[in-house]
Amino acid sequence: MTETVLGLYNYWVVIFLMMMGFYIVISRGNLIKKVIGLNIFQSSVFLFYITVGKVSGGTAPIMAEGFEVYSNPLPSVLILTAIVVGVATTSVALSLVVRIREAYETIEEDEIYAQDEAR
Amino acid sequence: MSQALQAQLPVLQVVIPLLAAPLCIILRRRSLVLPFATGVCWLTFLVSVFLLGDVLEAGVISYELGGWAAPWGIEYRVDALAAFVLLFVSGIAALVLTWAPRSLTDEIPASRHYLFCTLYLLCVTGLLGIAITGDLFNVFVFLEVSALSSYALIALGGRRQALPAAFQYLVMGTIGATFILIGIGLMYQMTGTLNMADMAERLPAVEGVRTALVAFGFLTVGIALKMALFPLHVWLPNAYAYAPSVVSAFIAATATKVSVYILLRFMFSVFGLEFSFEQLGLGRALMPLALAGIFVASTVAIFQRNVKRMLAYSSVAQIGYMVLGISFATATGLTGGIVHLFNHALIKGGLFMAMGCVMLRLHSVDLDEMAGIGRAMPWTMAAWALGGLGLIGVPATAGFISKWYLIQAALEQNSLVVAVLLLLSSLLALVYVWRVVETAFFHEPSARAREAREAPLAMLLPTWVLLGATVFFGIYTHYSAGVAEQAAEAVLRGLQ
Repeated sequence: MTETVLGLYNYWVVIFLMMMGFYIVISRGNLIKKVIGLNIFQSSVFLFYITVGKVSGGTAPIMAEGFEVYSNPLPSVLILTAIVVGVATTSVALSLVVRIREAYETIEEDEIYAQDEAR
Repeated sequence: MSQALQAQLPVLQVVIPLLAAPLCIILRRRSLVLPFATGVCWLTFLVSVFLLGDVLEAGVISYELGGWAAPWGIEYRVDALAAFVLLFVSGIAALVLTWAPRSLTDEIPASRHYLFCTLYLLCVTGLLGIAITGDLFNVFVFLEVSALSSYALIALGGRRQALPAAFQYLVMGTIGATFILIGIGLMYQMTGTLNMADMAERLPAVEGVRTALVAFGFLTVGIALKMALFPLHVWLPNAYAYAPSVVSAFIAATATKVSVYILLRFMFSVFGLEFSFEQLGLGRALMPLALAGIFVASTVAIFQRNVKRMLAYSSVAQIGYMVLGISFATATGLTGGIVHLFNHALIKGGLFMAMGCVMLRLHSVDLDEMAGIGRAMPWTMAAWALGGLGLIGVPATAGFISKWYLIQAALEQNSLVVAVLLLLSSLLALVYVWRVVETAFFHEPSARAREAREAPLAMLLPTWVLLGATVFFGIYTHYSAGVAEQAAEAVLRGLQ
């Protein structure tokens, strides 16, 4: 029991963040909040990859005498790429929100669709 | 062609458009950028023609990126299916851009044309990269390259509705891509490899473990979101309807098809037929969704006033046909699904190009405005009608070949119900195609339609080439269906 709760501590954080981010994206109508939710959702995946790479008792993957167990560096490298993708997504999303605000003068989803249906 | 150059073809396929994209920003001048980007697209198409020739002659090509051997390095892997997808994606990209200049001038301010070309080439890069790579993480990266550029491309649309449409696509696309990323991470956790062939070998040992099952679930849902499988299609209609005509034509013809390709790769090549279909029953899950998609989306399409939106809903239905073919998991079914990838890419690309011609002259694609347009623009609307016949699946058009294979696959499995449903669904297509044809040719011209003239030859010609190709491949089926058959066999054989 303690093993699943404390031993897998990181994974519980991942699941919590993932569900929280996902819920924000679905439930909020404010576009900025949606972007933030999307960010939290993506961050949870970053944390997940980094956790996967950790080998308990392992040290940084630099060959040296006296160390035999190394952590896996590959997931961290992969997630650097995914972080860049995340930053790009956020910037595209935010610039879209700016242009939506210019065109509709609101960033509330229901008000945007109401404006288009009214015409 | 020299031996050395031939060996580098797989990487050139992706590197040429990738390097050309930033060059567009340097060139900047409209008169230079458009011909340059078009030339690059045709060059990319040429590369894919050579690649397909090589693959059909000599079998699978494996390319080690940077000289690092697989499974440690990134492997580019071209088999018959990949080469087929590369061919039609690059071909349509080139043809659409050749068609585009007049439509672009009309819909996008000239000062932004160089940015459009950059985004377009990046989108092409991403789609080609997905098809060619043999590395799982690479798939995610290229997926995001193509997705991010297509969000921006859609937002270039002239009406303000394009912006929320692009935003909605961004949110759902990112969720889909992140799901795929989670799936890849879980699979990496189980096998310690990212190379597809290597993973396919190692997966059987851990297939019973829950982590592998969860990975499978995340991947299926993520890919379904990306390819707009009913009921995860809600981002698609607005995105296609409000994007600039050029973007609609290109993205509608290629983006979702490449996502279907990802589904084929993951479910057949990586997880394997036995695990995906026999143990987990993916076919039983996909088939009802595919059929529901075909019927619901076709019915909704009938009631659309905006013809681009109607075509978008029709796209959702057509994705249903492809997935239906895949869900049979037999050689005939897969051939039907894969050949429909190709046929539908031609048909839908051509139809959106014809709508682009209408947009240029009418500045609207509403059905009311299009009344009587067939008299002013007979060649454009005749092309549209030809494409419409393909959508319905009339014999001697490409659409017929796809449905022929699909119905055969259904009968092979003794599911008469599915075969009958397939025939019935064609009637729905008939209704929505006929609505447009009737309005265009048999109604009194609207005020705008009276003043319209025929689209310029520079736009008509590529439209007719693409839609003419649907008739060509409807008659000389051994080119398209023959390659699709080889591709289906390659998929069923797995990566060994």
